[in-house]
Amino acid sequence: MPAHATLPVDALRELAPRIRADALRMIAAANSGHPGGSLSAVEILLTLYKGVLRHDPANSEWDGRDRFILSKGHACPALYAVLADCGYFGRDLLPTFRRFGSPLQGHPELGKLAGVEASTGSLGQGLSIGLGMALGHRIRGVDARVYVLMGDGEINEGQVWEAALSAAHLKVDRLTAIVDINRIQLDGFTSDILELEPLADKWRSFGWEVVDLDGHDLDALAGAFDRMRSVAGRPQVILARTTKGKGVSFMEDNPEFHGAPPSAGELARALVELGVADA
Amino acid sequence: MPDRPERVLGKATRDAYGETLAQLGRENPRIVALDADLSKSTKSVVFGKAHPERFINVGIQEANMVGVAAGLATTGLIPFASSFATFLMSKAFDQMRMAVANPGLNVKLVGSHAGVSIGEDGASQMGVEDLALACALPRFTVLVPADARAAAALTRVAAEHVGPVFLRTGRAKAAEIYPEGTAFRVGGSVTHHLGRDVNILACGLMVFEALEAAALARAEGIDAGVVDLYSLKPVDADAIVAAAAASGRLVVAEEHLRHGGLGSIVAQVLAERHPARVVAVDLGDRYAESGTPEAVLEAYGMTSARVLEAIRKAAAV
Repeated sequence: MPAHATLPVDALRELAPRIRADALRMIAAANSGHPGGSLSAVEILLTLYKGVLRHDPANSEWDGRDRFILSKGHACPALYAVLADCGYFGRDLLPTFRRFGSPLQGHPELGKLAGVEASTGSLGQGLSIGLGMALGHRIRGVDARVYVLMGDGEINEGQVWEAALSAAHLKVDRLTAIVDINRIQLDGFTSDILELEPLADKWRSFGWEVVDLDGHDLDALAGAFDRMRSVAGRPQVILARTTKGKGVSFMEDNPEFHGAPPSAGELARALVELGVADA
Repeated sequence: MPDRPERVLGKATRDAYGETLAQLGRENPRIVALDADLSKSTKSVVFGKAHPERFINVGIQEANMVGVAAGLATTGLIPFASSFATFLMSKAFDQMRMAVANPGLNVKLVGSHAGVSIGEDGASQMGVEDLALACALPRFTVLVPADARAAAALTRVAAEHVGPVFLRTGRAKAAEIYPEGTAFRVGGSVTHHLGRDVNILACGLMVFEALEAAALARAEGIDAGVVDLYSLKPVDADAIVAAAAASGRLVVAEEHLRHGGLGSIVAQVLAERHPARVVAVDLGDRYAESGTPEAVLEAYGMTSARVLEAIRKAAAV
């Protein structure tokens, strides 16, 4: 079985600001991208790639790998930074994000970049694709799990609830969804645009195993993914309560940084706050 | 020169699809099928009964079904997802766009109840924009069988082709055209006769109407031929050019709206390679209404009589 690095939580805690810094540098260099939802997802991504997923960056199409789908595709700066850190491709590609000819597309595209498992960015599609993967594994007898990260704004989309219904009905248990609940979507706060709560009740009533936790708490995340692996007969969802723009004071809980890049000055301030200022 | 064809109704193209898919399932364990609660109508039920462990009925969820099919394809399986053509293409278009076409996944989409020939159920169930939508998708292959044998052969072609395919089937019994063993391929066509005066380029149910109309025209002294352009995308552009070169005047006949279907495809090829006069027989720019299939086909001009009028009009230019 291919090796996969499992890092202790304190190592992830040290890595998290560097991933945030990479994501912000990419967005600033491209002068476009989505800082807020990238920063909110960092601990979720690190927990998955550094401790949960059975994967092999040197053999990214290994048949028995666990799959991860970033359904909230606009958070791809954080995903690309984590994939580069895992060794899927060189870090030298990161500054090419959103440049013409780069495999680091504005939203992830399957077939363009190692480690990307689905073309996302049109919100609401990832859970269906992940369900298809899990069913494919079941039909073929492949012992692999599928993880799908969605945004809370994203689950406005009806297709998510189609997939939620059918995954439970089909008793797919090697499928874990994570909702990055950063409470902000493009036009403002989710509670103002379209109320989602009570979210845990909704997923439970759809037949899913639910864990509600702090999405920046690395210990809680690791424990939840561990617990989900032992759930039989039904899919699971982790409701990860996060802070949009986490780690940068002026981006936190600020809808303005959903889809706007930081200026040069803002990037410099952000890097200082993250403790990774470039010389 | 071929005689007037005898109208012998064979199986519907949807029946041929379902039976062939079930057979393909016996030959290839990687073939799986999905439906959105219309399996008895699309005929994917035949596969479902033969291979229940490889059949997924997702419920009335076309968008989810296409996403699930995309996921299945990434694990090395060959999913065939069926629904009515209109629901499949209209309700799951974005899923075909991003989950299937963008990465070019090996997903087969089969839309039944195409055209107005479903009759009584009316406009909401009629697939009349499906070809325009399917042909708009990069990497998609779009196939439209004219009879049951073509449907069986093209189902097999779809399974063997690597990449996304949209296959259009119909509800009504289709008049028999092709003998057993006729060869079909992606990008192919069948030229039944190349006329010197007018050639009819057709697909689906309109191929038989075209054959009948061409025979009637020949009886009037107009040398009319027929080309079955069953592969709309990629289209056999050389066959279109050959038909235009032979007669200079063409009729296009399709059970689809005016914009974006076979007529648009043919016009584009001709404009680029061999300008020629085209008279279109199609559903126009409007929705049809309920009635018996015969009444609806008659009302909307999907008949050999209407094709014959178009031939006369083209020949008179």
